[in-house]
Amino acid sequence: MTATQAAPGSGVGRFLGQSVKRREDARLVTGHGRYLEDVLWPDAWHVAFLRSPVARGRISTLDVKAARALPGVRAVLTGADLDPLVKSWWQTAMGKDSPQPPRRLLAADDVRYAGEPIAMVLAESRYLAEDALELIDLDIETQPAIVSDHRGRWGAAKDGELVHPEYGSNVASTLPYPGMPDSNPALEEVLASAPHVVEETFHQHRYICVPMETRGIQARWDPARDLLEIVSSTQNVHEVRSTVSRLLGLSDVQVHARAEDVGGAFGLKCFVDSEELAVAAAAYSQQCAVAWIEDRNENLVAGGHSRTEDLTVSLATDADGKILGIKGHHVEDVGAFPTYGVGGNAGLAMMMLPGPYDVGQYFYSAEAVFSNTCGMTPYRGPFLMETVAREQLIDITAARLGIDPVEFRRRNMIRPDQLPFTTPTGLVLETITPIETLDQATEMIGYADFRKEQAAARAEGRILGIGIASYIEGSPAFGAAGAEQVTVRMDMAGQALVFMGSGSHGQSVETTMAQVVAEELGIDIDDVRIVQGDTISSPYGTGTAGSRTATTFGGAARIAGQKLKEKILQVAAVALEASPDDLEITDGVVSVKGTPGAAIGMEQIAAMAYAGHTMLPADMEPGLEAKHRIRNPPLMFSNACHAAIVEIDRDTGAVEIKRYVVSEDCGNMINPMVVEGQITGGVVQGIGGVFYEHFVYDGDGNPLTTTFLDYLLPTAADVPDIEIGHVITPSNTPGGFKPMGEGGAICSPPALINAVRDALAPFGGLPNVQPLTPEVVLDVIDGVPAV
Amino acid sequence: MSDPHPITITVNGQARSAIVEPRKTLADVLREDLRLTGTHLACEHGVCGACTVLLDGSAVRSCLVFGVQADGAEVTTVEGLAPAPGELSDVQAAFRDCHGLQCGFCTPGFVVSIHAFLDANPAPTDEEIRSGLSGNLCRCTGYAGIVNAVRQVVRERAGGPPTEGVPTVAGHAVTTLPSAP
Repeated sequence: MTATQAAPGSGVGRFLGQSVKRREDARLVTGHGRYLEDVLWPDAWHVAFLRSPVARGRISTLDVKAARALPGVRAVLTGADLDPLVKSWWQTAMGKDSPQPPRRLLAADDVRYAGEPIAMVLAESRYLAEDALELIDLDIETQPAIVSDHRGRWGAAKDGELVHPEYGSNVASTLPYPGMPDSNPALEEVLASAPHVVEETFHQHRYICVPMETRGIQARWDPARDLLEIVSSTQNVHEVRSTVSRLLGLSDVQVHARAEDVGGAFGLKCFVDSEELAVAAAAYSQQCAVAWIEDRNENLVAGGHSRTEDLTVSLATDADGKILGIKGHHVEDVGAFPTYGVGGNAGLAMMMLPGPYDVGQYFYSAEAVFSNTCGMTPYRGPFLMETVAREQLIDITAARLGIDPVEFRRRNMIRPDQLPFTTPTGLVLETITPIETLDQATEMIGYADFRKEQAAARAEGRILGIGIASYIEGSPAFGAAGAEQVTVRMDMAGQALVFMGSGSHGQSVETTMAQVVAEELGIDIDDVRIVQGDTISSPYGTGTAGSRTATTFGGAARIAGQKLKEKILQVAAVALEASPDDLEITDGVVSVKGTPGAAIGMEQIAAMAYAGHTMLPADMEPGLEAKHRIRNPPLMFSNACHAAIVEIDRDTGAVEIKRYVVSEDCGNMINPMVVEGQITGGVVQGIGGVFYEHFVYDGDGNPLTTTFLDYLLPTAADVPDIEIGHVITPSNTPGGFKPMGEGGAICSPPALINAVRDALAPFGGLPNVQPLTPEVVLDVIDGVPAV
Repeated sequence: MSDPHPITITVNGQARSAIVEPRKTLADVLREDLRLTGTHLACEHGVCGACTVLLDGSAVRSCLVFGVQADGAEVTTVEGLAPAPGELSDVQAAFRDCHGLQCGFCTPGFVVSIHAFLDANPAPTDEEIRSGLSGNLCRCTGYAGIVNAVRQVVRERAGGPPTEGVPTVAGHAVTTLPSAP
């Protein structure tokens, strides 16, 4: 069941708006994909890392002599070998002077999380490299780890021992930033005088990206070519090049980074972490080829962690449930070595907490703290805590006021007549449709009828609940990320190569961007090929992340295509002795409008543009190539409403998701099949996060969920069919596209938690905890107080 | 005992020989010694199913089998399922039709598992399909496109009408242009 409400001019064409099958698929379904591990160089030395078995301590013995002596081992490198090579280490998006913890490739004196790399073996095979690890003599004098437990962790990180003595504090960062107001007196007045103020603290546990292809990199330094060649499983090849060249003091022209097929990332492969940099440094210092493929245990323990935060929200309303003000305080655990800067997502969470509502007065503060755990990395919807907390608090507030949660939302949502709407944080929302998507989602799921069904079920002793959640997906495109370039080049034969700095890792970019270009040029999609993920051939770019590909690359592709089309028509106009304005392109043929006989094919036009340039006017540049670097707003928005119905087994505490509905507005859809795939995949990551996935440390900082037997991903048997409705309101950026890749993961946690909370309302309500394991659910049913 | 052993495996109908250490997994033998890299490794502890191959007709996790154990056996990998080069098996085609993959890393394991599953149960219920797929992990798709792909193959093998258009994850009715690939 799907409904589509489309505004006029919603961009459906020969290819745009069509569910074109993916051109990636033929190779991937037959086993002919080329992922990093499929293209390892025959001369590469294989890496295994010796990792810290404890969360914190001083290294008293590190003896690698026996390992170095093992036949087949080329080298065993320690911090003493590699870290002197480090010239400079920072992430482009964060800037050179942004604060960050002390960085090191390999721990030499002390260790700061369980899993931190200490030494690396280079051997003829991974098998041999792991043999050599067993010959390394390592002793660590364990120190008390700064690790929080599940509930009361935040106090522990502030006092006493420091995760990073060099940093001087366990507080990694705070909001408001220096220079910003540190309170909002008008909000304090509202909170003191409003008829209703509800305050709750919501907790989100540690759950993580776990792409099916783990991290990996191979690097080869060739002094004769003066070139460090890299193939990496990455979202952003240019960041790989930049980070490595800065690290080793090389120039950008001395480093060539590229990616092959990338087996998922979800944020994990945005930045370049210490293991990847250690491989590049080893290749440089050893003057050879070095390869590392992370194994799953490494990926779980040291591959970057996410979530792990609390958000306290106070919400003031008048007597009728109109929101008068919101105040938030956010505390995040960023681990020891966040992959970017000092980690943390509070800056964006601060901007987005008001969501699709007109909230009146507003203030937000935050604190990020280091701990002796794996560092924070971005994970799909990194700042989703704002939606997770807000949407739960709305349900709790509505229940206390005796107002239906859907009605409460509708009363407070930004109305069409308020657009463009400027939020308290200065965001300008121009084309959002929160009420329309709320209406569509509640209609699709049959909200009104469900309440009757629920009452009847409760009378039979069954436990049913419904949960609604709404949000605005903010896609940050700060700095270079908002200025992506697409170059379209048509060679002598009349087909188009499209060069872009994207880094597809499942987003179907080879298909969707070809749709955009083929549409503009009027040629067949089979005559368009996308080239990406290579620092030599791709225009400088920031890769695929943050839901930006459609808006930035898609927008640029559209305009680059328009520019090339103009040029094609100019050349054709010479050949046809007509005005370009009188020409049209149909299926790769340019003809004079209304005169079908006067026509010329793309191959002839291309030949004329290059080889026949003497026939062109003197002021016309030969060739057929156009580029456009887009300038998009720093934040772009889509919106959606999710609705879930769950039934709880009162004996086992198991939660069954009986229905799941999404109504979303991502503007013009390039490929509805791909849009729906992104939504569904995101929703199921939320299902995993709420019910199954939990990376657990014990009180000493030892990781306990180190395999897929302990870190549980949802399977096909755990998820329902996802029903999707579309409201189509074009954005004001080229193509009318909006960002949407992360929303499924952002809004599903609160929708699901709200459904469970609604189901358990007769039992006294749900504590603000995650994950919602059967134990948590059964404790509510059995009346056991929350810990 | 750790000396390399010569082995011969019939892989996708072809006798292939290699000399391998006893500790080397079948997955690594296929990928490294026989250069069949379609079989992927995503956990190496038997949970995710990405490395699934058919060993004498049965679906197995090739990360949990040693190469020497497959000596003399017949192995089918994802590369051996299509009827001819450039063609797709019905399961592979259904994955493309139904958007059953995004990054594609888990896909070979799913495709091999589904061939074995449908050989054993040609007419599964929806619940049996979901249960049958639950031994393979996918992180991208949310499984909707994969479930729909299995439904399509079941329908087609039962003599149902050929699939028209693209049944997307939500059953969203859309039209595919004749010129689309």
